[in-house]
Amino acid sequence: MSKHQLSIGTEQNEKDLQLDQLLAEYRTQKGALIPVLQKAQDIYGYLPENALQKIAQELKIPLSKIYGVVTFYAQFHLKPRGKYVIRVCQGTACHVRGGSAIVQEIQDLLQIKDGETTPDLKFTLESVACLGACGLAPVMMINDDTHGRLTKDAVAKILAQYE
Amino acid sequence: MTKIYICAGTGCVSSGSRKVANRLGSELSSRNVEAEICLTGCHGFCEQGPILIIEPDGIFYCRVQEDDVPEIVEKSLQQGEIIERLLYKDPATQEPIKNYEDINFYKLQHRVVLGNCGHIDPENIDEYLQKDGYEGLKRALTTMSREEVIAEVKRSGLRGRGGAGFPTGLKWEFTSKSPSPKKYVICNADEGDPGAFMDRSILEGDPHAVIEGMAIAAYAIGADEGYIYVRAEYPLATERLRIAISQAEEKGYLGRNIMGSGFNFDLHIKAGAGAFVCGEETALLMSIEGNRGMPRVRPPFPAVKGLWDKPTNINNVETYANVPVILRKGADWYTGIGTEKSKGTKVFALTGKVKNTGLAEVPMGITMRQIIFDIGEGIQNDKKFKAVQIGGPSGGCLPSELLDLPIDYDSLVQAGAMMGSGGLVAMDEETCMVDVAKFFLNFTQSESCGKCTPCREGIKRMLEILTRITEGKGQMEDIDLLERLGNVIKSTALCGLGQTAPNPVLTTLKYFRAEYEAHIKDKKCPAGACQGLIRYEIIADKCNGCTRCARGCPTNAIAGKVKEPHVIDQDKCIKCGACYEKCRFSAIIKG
Repeated sequence: MSKHQLSIGTEQNEKDLQLDQLLAEYRTQKGALIPVLQKAQDIYGYLPENALQKIAQELKIPLSKIYGVVTFYAQFHLKPRGKYVIRVCQGTACHVRGGSAIVQEIQDLLQIKDGETTPDLKFTLESVACLGACGLAPVMMINDDTHGRLTKDAVAKILAQYE
Repeated sequence: MTKIYICAGTGCVSSGSRKVANRLGSELSSRNVEAEICLTGCHGFCEQGPILIIEPDGIFYCRVQEDDVPEIVEKSLQQGEIIERLLYKDPATQEPIKNYEDINFYKLQHRVVLGNCGHIDPENIDEYLQKDGYEGLKRALTTMSREEVIAEVKRSGLRGRGGAGFPTGLKWEFTSKSPSPKKYVICNADEGDPGAFMDRSILEGDPHAVIEGMAIAAYAIGADEGYIYVRAEYPLATERLRIAISQAEEKGYLGRNIMGSGFNFDLHIKAGAGAFVCGEETALLMSIEGNRGMPRVRPPFPAVKGLWDKPTNINNVETYANVPVILRKGADWYTGIGTEKSKGTKVFALTGKVKNTGLAEVPMGITMRQIIFDIGEGIQNDKKFKAVQIGGPSGGCLPSELLDLPIDYDSLVQAGAMMGSGGLVAMDEETCMVDVAKFFLNFTQSESCGKCTPCREGIKRMLEILTRITEGKGQMEDIDLLERLGNVIKSTALCGLGQTAPNPVLTTLKYFRAEYEAHIKDKKCPAGACQGLIRYEIIADKCNGCTRCARGCPTNAIAGKVKEPHVIDQDKCIKCGACYEKCRFSAIIKG
């Protein structure tokens, strides 16, 4: 096994360990499933199948039910995501101020569609209903940074700030 | 001492207010200037952010950037001069205005709930305490019985600010009368209406007001535990709540034996996971319990059977934030504001095509005209006002004829809309009402949980019909069909989401029917917004053959020789509008 593979292996073990600790903390709590899924997703960046199986076992909740919950909420993802998640607002205020042109521009620049991730796992594009920053419409968020008063031309410059 | 308030709400942070604050800190210390910096919550005037206020003089600087900071320190703080360039300018006269109290946007507001937002540091409980914070809770716990608290809230006439406007005191009374040793209070902070952000601003700007309101409610109904269900998209609000809760615990306003009264109250935060329907109270309960957030039939109401089957009182953020001041100043004071049946104030999120966008807290009963034309200072670029969408996806679009309607819960329902959470989106003549209705249905359709058939199937069909109309394939019968279907969904859907989803369509049909007819009969979109119905054409007389449009066309649909008029091939045109934007000679028309 190469050094590189070894380091990936240890990283994986570390994550599994973190999940174990998480489950130990929440095992006895009522209504723990959603916070556990949220924290598991923080650990892995998404929700891999083996993590879901483990959660099902430890919380004694059928995997089918967990799958139901995961697919119900927009926040949960079953596939790996980009390092930077771009959330473009398509709320009312952004819509009337040209939000759809912004999504189109990002799609053209990154060559991905809504909900997709670039092949290098750098960017994931999501359109969302409202980011609550309507005073600055049109708006997008990249991870936790909010960018407002967007214009089509500004998009490329903003994306370039993320490496 | 001079105090400088810098807005650190989501809007201003994204406009760069943290950089301004950091630079100010270093400039103050390097120049040895004594002044205190206070990072506040949202001022509500996000359009003009980052906002900086210098007290005690109340100097209001807007759109402040990092590079303006040295000048502010030197001129305004050291020499007492005002930097005119950074002042807000009256949009009508272009006169600079020095104090924020004199700006129309603020002058006409009545800030009760937002009173502290922008004027205290939300991460410091002492600043809340200096503004009489937790005095309402103290009055309740030390001088009033549970019944007296409920009676006071009932007398105040406070109604739920989350949408339907159910009387808050009555809701509390129901929960208090449900026999159970264990009860819960829940704050619905799953603010999901596109175009509404008052709850976020209250949580970010004055989190203790919500906590205090919840503690009072818990005392009144006999609960000892509470949850705040916050939207996943609001990381800053969640963080500020976390800080506020731990500070309140330290000071003894939460936890065991609060103020020596024997009353216990623990408060937790639950982060939502991204589902609009969880703003519906029974769906919210399902979500806290760890399930898919799907609503259930009421009755039993949560007041009888709520979280984990225990009696539960659920109110929204703004409702709870009204409670401390009612207890502090009394119901009589509160009933002095508002109309006969709707008391107090309402915070509106004024957005869309108005000049001033932001949060406006006004007394109930004010007219739409006052909000849009006085506080909002009218429509951008002086275009014509066409409609205002109120209440988000559950609300409706009201035309200019209703601008003088006094706004309260009941008048809006009569007009076919509803207060909803208080989103107000102003629209001008370039907004197509069919497109707006389609936009909202697209939203509700994708957020429908799928449990009941009228909502799951009905909204989808309505959306299909609307899409057809905006593509020029509609028929006149479609209008009747939309109305019939809409009314059936309204009366048969399981929860508030479905019951109100047809409102945007039904109100636009009621007030803007001619626009639907133009799409169907003439195959034209009068506002020029529906792509499928737009046609771009080059006016030969105006075109000088500069080739700018042809070079910018993504589908090579424009042909013509240099210095000769060009022509658009309508079969190749995808109606993207690139040529329209590129042309410098107004030679391309859209119609």
